[in-house]
Amino acid sequence: MNHFELFDLPVSFAIDAAQLQARYRTLQQTLHPDRFANASERDKRMALQRTSQLNDAYQTLRQPLSRAEYLLELRGLTLQHEQQTLQDPEFLMAQMEWRERLEELDVVAELDAAFADLQQQTHAYQQELEQQLEAEQNEAAADTIRKLKFMHKLAAELELIEDKLNG
Amino acid sequence: MAYSDKVIDHYENPRNVGSFDKNDPSIATGMVGAPACGDVMKLQLKISDDGIIEDAKFKTYGCGSAIASSSLVTEWVKGKSIDEASQLKNTQIAEELALPPVKIHCSILAEDAIKAAISDYKKKREG
Repeated sequence: MNHFELFDLPVSFAIDAAQLQARYRTLQQTLHPDRFANASERDKRMALQRTSQLNDAYQTLRQPLSRAEYLLELRGLTLQHEQQTLQDPEFLMAQMEWRERLEELDVVAELDAAFADLQQQTHAYQQELEQQLEAEQNEAAADTIRKLKFMHKLAAELELIEDKLNG
Repeated sequence: MAYSDKVIDHYENPRNVGSFDKNDPSIATGMVGAPACGDVMKLQLKISDDGIIEDAKFKTYGCGSAIASSSLVTEWVKGKSIDEASQLKNTQIAEELALPPVKIHCSILAEDAIKAAISDYKKKREG
C-alpha cells in the first residue's frame, strides 16, 4: 500500500489537506497505545511500528516538496540522495544574486522585502511543479523540485538572518 | 560532525576568493549547485592563449566542506593546462580534505565546477 492509499487519497499532487489530516487522526487513534494495554507484546510492537510508518507517511504527504518527490518516486524517478549537480547558469546566477542580497541585508525593512520576493518566486515554482506533475512531465518536475530545494535553503538562511537581526 | 584540519584551514583562510570579469574573453566561468544542500559555487579561470590556467578565483555559498573544496581546487588548477585540469577527479579532492561520505557531494560540486568552466571557455573560443 502506498502513502496515498493509506489515507484514501487519489495518487496525485493536489490533495485535500483536511482529508489527509482527518484520516491521519483516525488511523492514529486505532493505533493508540491505550488500545493495546492488554495486547500481547508482539501486537504492541506491531502497533508501535505501524504508528511510526503512519507518521512518516503523513509527514511525506503533508509537505508539498516531499509529496512531489514521493509522487515521482512512485513513477520510478528517485531524487533522494542524488549527488548530481545542477548546471543551469541562469538559475544559479540568480541564486548567487540572492546570496549576495542576503549578505548585505542589515535592516528589518529589507528583510521583509526579501521574504516577500522569495515567497513569490517559490510560489511560481510550486505552480510550475503542479502543472508538470499533472501533465506527467516527470523529468521537468524533477528539475523544478531541485530548484525548489535551493529556494527552501534561501528561506532557511533568511530565517537565520531574521533571528540575528531581532536578537 | 568534525571537520578535518585541512578543511578548517581552507575554510578559515580561503585561497583565491573573488571574481573576474566574466565578459573578458580569457575568463572561463563555471557555475554549479548541489540540490541536496542548496550550495552554489562559482569558479572562474583565467586562461592563456596556449590553454594554461594562469589564475583562478571562486565564490561559494555553502558549508565548510564546499568552501574548502573550491578553495583547494583554485590552488590545484593554477599552472595546469585545461586538459590536465579536466582530468581532476572529485575523489582526489575528497581524499586530500578527508571528507566524510555525507560531504562527498561537495567534492563533486568542485569537480563539476571545473568542467563547467572549461566548457564555458570552449564555447567562448568557438563563438
